[in-house]
Amino acid sequence: MSGLVVSQVSVTYRGRETVTAVDGVSLSVAKGEIVALLGPSGCGKSSLLAAIVGIVEPTAGTVAFDDEDVTQTPIHERGFGLVFQDGQLFPHLSVGGNVAYGIHALPRGERECRVAELLHLVGLEGLAHRAITELSGGQRQRVALARSLAPRPRLLCLDEPLSSLDAELRERLADDLRDVLTASGTTALMVTHDPSEAARVASRTLRMEAGRLI
Amino acid sequence: MPAAFLAVLFVWPLATVLARGLAGTGTGAALAVLVSPGVPDALVTTVVLAGLGTAGSVVIGVPAAWALYRVGWAGQRVVRAIVAVPFVLPTVVVAAAFGALFARHGVLGWAGLDHSVAAIVCALVFFNVSVVTRVVGSSWAALDPGTQVAARTLGASRWRAFRTVTLPALAPALGAAAAVVLLFCSTSFGVVLVLGGARVRTVETEIYFQVNSFLDLHAAAVLGIVQLVFVAAALGLASWARRGRDRVAGGRELDGSRPSSAADRPWVAAVLVALATLIVLPAVALLERSLRVAGGGHSLTNYLALFSAPGTAVLPVSVVQAALNSLVTAGIAAVIAGALTVAVASAAVRGPRWARWLDGVAMGPLGVSAVVIGLGMLLTLNREIAGVDLRTSWWLVPLAQAIVALPLAVRILVPAMRAIDPRLRAAAASLGASPWRVWRTLDWRLLRGPIALSAGFAFAIAMGEFGATSFVARPDRPTLPLAIARLLSRPGAQNVGMGFAAAVLLGVATGAIMLTTERLRTRVRADV
Repeated sequence: MSGLVVSQVSVTYRGRETVTAVDGVSLSVAKGEIVALLGPSGCGKSSLLAAIVGIVEPTAGTVAFDDEDVTQTPIHERGFGLVFQDGQLFPHLSVGGNVAYGIHALPRGERECRVAELLHLVGLEGLAHRAITELSGGQRQRVALARSLAPRPRLLCLDEPLSSLDAELRERLADDLRDVLTASGTTALMVTHDPSEAARVASRTLRMEAGRLI
Repeated sequence: MPAAFLAVLFVWPLATVLARGLAGTGTGAALAVLVSPGVPDALVTTVVLAGLGTAGSVVIGVPAAWALYRVGWAGQRVVRAIVAVPFVLPTVVVAAAFGALFARHGVLGWAGLDHSVAAIVCALVFFNVSVVTRVVGSSWAALDPGTQVAARTLGASRWRAFRTVTLPALAPALGAAAAVVLLFCSTSFGVVLVLGGARVRTVETEIYFQVNSFLDLHAAAVLGIVQLVFVAAALGLASWARRGRDRVAGGRELDGSRPSSAADRPWVAAVLVALATLIVLPAVALLERSLRVAGGGHSLTNYLALFSAPGTAVLPVSVVQAALNSLVTAGIAAVIAGALTVAVASAAVRGPRWARWLDGVAMGPLGVSAVVIGLGMLLTLNREIAGVDLRTSWWLVPLAQAIVALPLAVRILVPAMRAIDPRLRAAAASLGASPWRVWRTLDWRLLRGPIALSAGFAFAIAMGEFGATSFVARPDRPTLPLAIARLLSRPGAQNVGMGFAAAVLLGVATGAIMLTTERLRTRVRADV
């Protein structure tokens, strides 16, 4: 099957007590589909996302994309992008530098074109030389989105991408997010705790509770 | 009162060095000193040693910062404590240890590095690696791991993510640590004198030789000014690096450390092996050497010899007597430094605005090298003051040691004092307590731990102080570090063996003081 296929993935954290954050979850995301993973905080949805991206190693199960098992593939070779809740922009680079980070191998002219194209897509044209510190919260998340889309990831994961913003901005940005993802034809999996956000952005919603899909 | 004390013991001697170097014979004579035989070499050697020592400390310190602060593993705290030990060891002990390590019959004798620049660089790295590890490590532990993950999801390998994201974030801390290490390396005296002897000379040891061998106080003063220029450059670099830190930081504080994964373990192990080689090997070499006797066997002969005087040509008193001298002078120095610390810290935290600069002046001795302090005291205080002839009294030694120990002691007390809410004192005063009663019932009760801690540190520093003491101590009343340096520099297997045994004694004594003091610190923390 093409697209993302997650089979029976479990994530446990060893500490004083062993905590099972994700308990044998299976799901799939078809090419071009935008899927929301909805659940209360602490339900394991972020851990599942981390296992898919490769930040944590699943204790059981496999993650595959286009029938290729990527469970053991290092993060940077998976071709999965990730948008963080708090942006995680590189503070020492400009807006353009952040967006260009993932496409540094492209020749300079092509790279600049792509940066300009993405900044246009997220509605920040002309801001390439701005410092990160001069941006508002909403602008930061737009830069984070542009940065993740620049290398054309085969799957884009979004971890609560809008929840650090205030309510009004969140609604507007949710619509923009859906438009950007659709326009770029990106396959996406978004984690959120907000049902209305899931409804606005995603074409399909999965619900998660206590480490399992329901 | 503390202002007057600092003025007489620190500012005046320093000003005298400046005046003596520049005035009188004019700048022409000063320039003549700089091109006289040996001096250009000493300048180059100082820069080379400081550069290599700093580079070595960074190369080992950065991986160590990752292994000891960024990833967590069982037993990490113990290793952190062990890595911090070298920084507080007396310079002569470290010099003796590396001398034993690289000596012809030492553990690394085959390397042929006896009395070489390389041996001195190793000793400097031994001293300063903990500075880099601590400063960079605490900054690294507070980095958000998400930034690095963000780079990885954008296709960056571990190495590229480190180079392009982690390293820029660490740059301010790294720059500040490197500048401080550069400062310590360029003002290092005991290590260079004992390990390099007359062969490897820096500006610091050149000052010493000018005073002790040629009695040329003018040349020494000129070199003292050169040393001040070095220090100013290093301090300028440090503050420039700190400015960068304020610019990049500003984010929230968080704990970015994580448990070590299976993939980390080989790297952690490699760092631990490197640290063990650097820190444990010299200690073992020193201990072995102190037990070795002529003929190749091992016994306690060298230790027993510490009780007898080795002869007036080498040392007029027994090493045990020198150790007692050290205990007494260091004790007095600790009391002086403790009282001065309380006064300076009080002025800095609560005094009127004009008194705040005292804090900065008290930090001075940290930057100005101990040798320049000793030289300045020799130039100014070797006379009768207020009816007390300091020349024939040994008071100059504890005074010099107290000045050298003051900066660290103040740094320990000031944060503790800042932590006391001023409203607490206002409350006590409004209940009718006199200022003295406020101090006794509030400040003393809350601060006696930190005060004891800073006095304990001052005691340990004074015990091992070598640079300033070597200028002001009287020949017939040497301290233990002076006795060690003299024994190690004189020929004769008996003398050298005693020197190593005495170095072990001093190392153990200082270590014991530091451990006791550290226990005080943990108890104080538990109180709060």
